[in-house]
Amino acid sequence: MMHSLILQTATRMLIALMLVFALFILWRGHNEPGGGFIGGLIAAVAFALHGLAFGAKEMRKLLIADPRTIIAAGLATAVVSGLFALFKDGGPLPFMTGAWYITYTETGEKGFAIGTPVLFDVGVFLVVVGGIVAMVQSLMEEH
Amino acid sequence: MSAWLVVSPILVPLATAALCALAWGRVPLQRIISLAGSVTLFVCGALLLAHVGANGITAAQMSDWPAPFGITLVADHLAAVMVLIAAVMAVAVAIYAFGDIAPERERFGFHPVFQTLMVGVCGSFITGDLFNLYVWFEVMLISSFMLLALGGTREQIDGAIKYAALNLIATASFLMAVALLYGLTGTLNMADLALRLREVEQTGVVTTVAVLFIIAFGMKAAVFPLFFWLPASYHTPAIPVQAIFAGLLTKVGVYALLRTFTLIFVGDTAWTHGLMLWIAGLTMLAGVLGSLAVTDLRRAFSWQVVAHIGYMIMGLALYTPLAIAGAVFYLVHDIVVKTNLFLGAGLARRLTGHDDLRSMGGLFKATPLLAVVMFVPLASLAGFPPLSGFWSKLVLLQASLEKEAYVIAAVSLIVGLLTMWLVGRIWAELFWKAHPVADPQGTAAIAPGTRFALVAPLVLLSAMTVAIGLFAEPVMQVAAAAATELMDPAPYIEAVLGKGEPPPTAVVGLEPAEVRP
Repeated sequence: MMHSLILQTATRMLIALMLVFALFILWRGHNEPGGGFIGGLIAAVAFALHGLAFGAKEMRKLLIADPRTIIAAGLATAVVSGLFALFKDGGPLPFMTGAWYITYTETGEKGFAIGTPVLFDVGVFLVVVGGIVAMVQSLMEEH
Repeated sequence: MSAWLVVSPILVPLATAALCALAWGRVPLQRIISLAGSVTLFVCGALLLAHVGANGITAAQMSDWPAPFGITLVADHLAAVMVLIAAVMAVAVAIYAFGDIAPERERFGFHPVFQTLMVGVCGSFITGDLFNLYVWFEVMLISSFMLLALGGTREQIDGAIKYAALNLIATASFLMAVALLYGLTGTLNMADLALRLREVEQTGVVTTVAVLFIIAFGMKAAVFPLFFWLPASYHTPAIPVQAIFAGLLTKVGVYALLRTFTLIFVGDTAWTHGLMLWIAGLTMLAGVLGSLAVTDLRRAFSWQVVAHIGYMIMGLALYTPLAIAGAVFYLVHDIVVKTNLFLGAGLARRLTGHDDLRSMGGLFKATPLLAVVMFVPLASLAGFPPLSGFWSKLVLLQASLEKEAYVIAAVSLIVGLLTMWLVGRIWAELFWKAHPVADPQGTAAIAPGTRFALVAPLVLLSAMTVAIGLFAEPVMQVAAAAATELMDPAPYIEAVLGKGEPPPTAVVGLEPAEVRP
């Protein structure tokens, strides 16, 4: 950790931007390049930056949950996203088959669509964030 | 529903790992989840084997993407048997870990990482896609590296670095080979590859890729001359970790060789399988000589892991239905025996306080019953009838004589004899000889709960070895069914791709003219 006023002030502003950008990339991965892995990396970098500026303890506070719990939650989310296929119309379809909720406009065109692939990506996002932050944390604590 | 049965060997340990990790900090709860998960995996394995026995090869297309575009999981006899036997080892090791794993190792996540290792192992058995196989190998490598380093003693880190460095070379060569194969054919679905590789005109390139795969899988399986990482690292981590490594990890390499060199690379068997026959003989000899040269009990068993990989490779290299059946039988037998031996070595160390045979002894007087239980895997290792080791060696010997491969037959007999010498020595040093310092205490000195956890897996696995030996016929029938499927890949390909013309692949491979200058 370094006591730099410039870094600390900049981090306060940057971290919000980076986290929003990470979520944007996560969402963008739905149909375009992006997704849970790269989004998770960006979010993890945001937390690491916060750790550099304010110390590992503050970073841990910012995360709320233990990074290992975040990994576990991510894994569980990813597994659960694949289980939706069990309850889909037309009998139990294979593991990971996408289940979708699609809204239609009044004219019958496809509108907003959300499905289990996004949920899977959220799981990946959480695993990556938890994994990288756990590594950064243990590296910081060595000093 | 069969699609869900096929995916269960991956899904069950993955869910168990996630639940174990969610219970971080509550070690007793993790233990129960881990054991329950392993038992569930066993049930799924048994159901899968029954399903395959009744309905033949079953394929499942993940996400409902048709092959060869999506990831295909395939369960045939070989895959189902491997999942079942791996699950039994997971149960045995999960019970043993109740009694013999340091609390700080458990707190640092032994149980979730152990279950993740099982995800990788079972995933490798069940996948029908070469790149997916690579992913499962990575999952195995990461989790096994964590298990090796867990505890962080100097010796462990030393072993873990060697393990990771050499396995990364294997992984890199695997990835390279996969890339070349994709460039040649434009597909990585194994069944699709089997069809498309027949049309590739550059047989030289195909053979080169095949040799790259031999290097990659051979290093995982610890064959000559790529086995040095194994005796350097296997004796360092906690006993349950050693046992599961010795039982399962190298066998995944053997499984991968069995799968790819019966399904995909069968164009130039004279060269590829001929090469493997040499490798098999040298692996056996190197392993058994290594095991005779060391006095550390667990190092000796590590070398024995190498020696017996040679027998399985021999079965594959002979490439007849009987030989392949023998290799499958040997896989089943060896997984049980090796896990049992390492668990037994751990218990012997606890009782005598030492790893070195010269400083051990007096166990027969202290615990005659344990000696009987330990006699089973040792005798099976040496191939005493009627235990499982005898039948598996007999089948392989018969296959080699039928193919008139007299040199390898002689080598396998000599190695068997040397193994018997080793077993005799271990028996004399460990059980008959008086302990050099003081008579060891029997298992009665261990607290009852811990004692049960340590002894029950040994009894279970020894009983399995006896059962496989006495009821060799049904096991051999399953092995023969697996061999039939491996020798004739047509039903496998049909199960994955369906009948009729295979669909076009997403990326068209390079035309031969483009490659040539």
